[in-house]
Amino acid sequence: MKQVLEGSMAIADGVRMAEPHVISAYPITPQTHIVEHLSQMVADGDLKAEFIMVESEHSAASVVLGASACGVRTYTATAAQGLLYMEEVIYNIAGMRLPVVMTLANRAVSAPINIWNDMQDAMAIRDTGAIMLVAENNQEAYDMHIQAFKIAENRDVMLPVIVNVDGFVLTHTFEVVETIDSIDKVREYLPPINMEYKLDVENPYSFGTLGEPSVYMESRYNMYNAMKYSSKTIIDAAKDFKNMFGRFYGGLTDTYKMDDAQTVIVAMGSVLGTIKDVVDELRDSGKKIGVLKIRSFRPFPEEEIVNALKNAKNVIVIEKAICPGKGGILSVEIRDSLFKHKINTVNVNGYTIGLGGRDITPKNIKDLVERAEKEENVDGEFIGLSQQYL
Amino acid sequence: MLTKEETRNELFTMGHTGCSGCAQSMSVKLIMEILGKNTIATSATGCLEVFSTRWPESSWKIPWIHSLFENSAAVASGVEAALKYMGKKDGINVIAQGGDGGTADIGLQALSGMFERNHDVLYICYDNGAYMNTGYQRSGLTPFDAYTTTSPSGKESFGNNRPKKYMPEIAMAHRIPYTAVSSAGYPMDLQKKVKKAMTIKGAKYLQVDVPCVPGWKYEPRYSVKLAQLAVQTGLYPLFEAEYDKIISVKKISKKVPVEEYLKLQGRFKHLFKDEAGRAEIEKIQKMADENIERYGLM
Repeated sequence: MKQVLEGSMAIADGVRMAEPHVISAYPITPQTHIVEHLSQMVADGDLKAEFIMVESEHSAASVVLGASACGVRTYTATAAQGLLYMEEVIYNIAGMRLPVVMTLANRAVSAPINIWNDMQDAMAIRDTGAIMLVAENNQEAYDMHIQAFKIAENRDVMLPVIVNVDGFVLTHTFEVVETIDSIDKVREYLPPINMEYKLDVENPYSFGTLGEPSVYMESRYNMYNAMKYSSKTIIDAAKDFKNMFGRFYGGLTDTYKMDDAQTVIVAMGSVLGTIKDVVDELRDSGKKIGVLKIRSFRPFPEEEIVNALKNAKNVIVIEKAICPGKGGILSVEIRDSLFKHKINTVNVNGYTIGLGGRDITPKNIKDLVERAEKEENVDGEFIGLSQQYL
Repeated sequence: MLTKEETRNELFTMGHTGCSGCAQSMSVKLIMEILGKNTIATSATGCLEVFSTRWPESSWKIPWIHSLFENSAAVASGVEAALKYMGKKDGINVIAQGGDGGTADIGLQALSGMFERNHDVLYICYDNGAYMNTGYQRSGLTPFDAYTTTSPSGKESFGNNRPKKYMPEIAMAHRIPYTAVSSAGYPMDLQKKVKKAMTIKGAKYLQVDVPCVPGWKYEPRYSVKLAQLAVQTGLYPLFEAEYDKIISVKKISKKVPVEEYLKLQGRFKHLFKDEAGRAEIEKIQKMADENIERYGLM
């Protein structure tokens, strides 16, 4: 059924269709609407779940950790400071191989305090061992949440999945979303959770034991391998979803107007909408330009990226995050991927833009396209600074 | 005395690497005897977690989970919620465990949340009065004038300069249905309180005084004796409360001077050096006397 839904409502409804058993959360802008909607669904009896409203994000993540270890399906959501506060727990969830699904309403980190969108929060947890997917619009966010549970609960994966959605730009924006009418179809797509190891009095296991130097590395290696393997699961989940519900956004990446493209813009999340509009316009004026969308940031889709970019001349990486003391993050990983594959004919320029909710306009993108052809190896340069505040 | 076979069948089994004379491991054993196999336990980071679960070994014959230092209560809240969802809560006890640091310092927020939401969980704080697992640093439950490595005695110091936080009263302030204080020195009292806690639905708090051989610096054979002396001096009052009302206290038959308790422990030996130390012992005696008065221990 097609509905006009606020992003948060679309996400909550996608989560409802996945039928989580325990939900725990703590309010933080711009995530709050999601858990408000979910708690209302539980209050109305539309979702049969234990909803635990806790005293902090640290406990929200800990509650779903404990519940997940019992073998039930779990969900939480947060943003920015809340994510940083629960980061320790995310490492722990991943290390214990618990399939928690979580929404991250991407938001700037403090200081200065700022509630608006960028992706600095996501970049702070990129090494936790959580799978990190990024949705472009509300429809993809809805669909991606259902896929996320399927990926997380795969026996060969068993890792938390974080679905990134741009705060406000998606969470607070109304768009047409086609929701799934049949919960039975979702149940067919996403079978009941069935964990091999869980806290069960009939078959007791010890979780979270001490890993001494003789075993710790192997434990981390197994997790690292599961993350690597999950690439396949993510692609399969997207394909299965397409077969059952008809919608597809690519596997780990997606491409747009990439045939013969000499200039490629790479980005994640909602900014892709603006970028595609600009690319349409530039294509109309004869420019050979295309778009590479990163749908899975972790695992990092190195092969797909190299294949998509190897014939390009100029690559423009649009990043809503910065690594102080270095520069770009996504752009550095892309440059590294090309270098590893001995491709030295591609000029990769990374630009930092739109931090703390600053608008990214079509003109910004067009300017970068022009600049990128004249510049080399730009490493996270800030775009659109006001000189008066420097 | 248990036979070797019986010991093997215990739910918290031998083979762990706790120190000889460890009153915490002794208490866990006593508690598990009462709780039985239909129990799921969480543990905060700390001695208990380290000495009982060196992978691939584990002393736990019940489902057990350790996550982090400060979230034992929150993880237990999640376990309880999952059991509730599955309709299994009624037959299964959920306990959360932590040391004094994991409970009263870093874990206090998560514990307060668990209390306030009234999860059907028994939280057990094994109080040995310092961060023993990291090598004897002061916590919010370190007693007055105790030497620890971060509250050392010296020319300008008699050790820890603050009294213990009144953690059981903090629990009671949440109006949870049951709060109890017990001691490794009184196994019957401890087991009785665990048994009672199991009959009560909602959040429960049990604090157990567990002497620590290396942290308190005494001979292993004194673990039980010290736990008993802590009670008999009035320094560690044992009581039970329902909601905000104390309903029973363990009476002291014959008051023991605090000196008898302090002198057996290396962590207080600096108090026995000179007159100034004597004056400090007087202060500790006053604290014990105030406890006797306050809780009606005699």
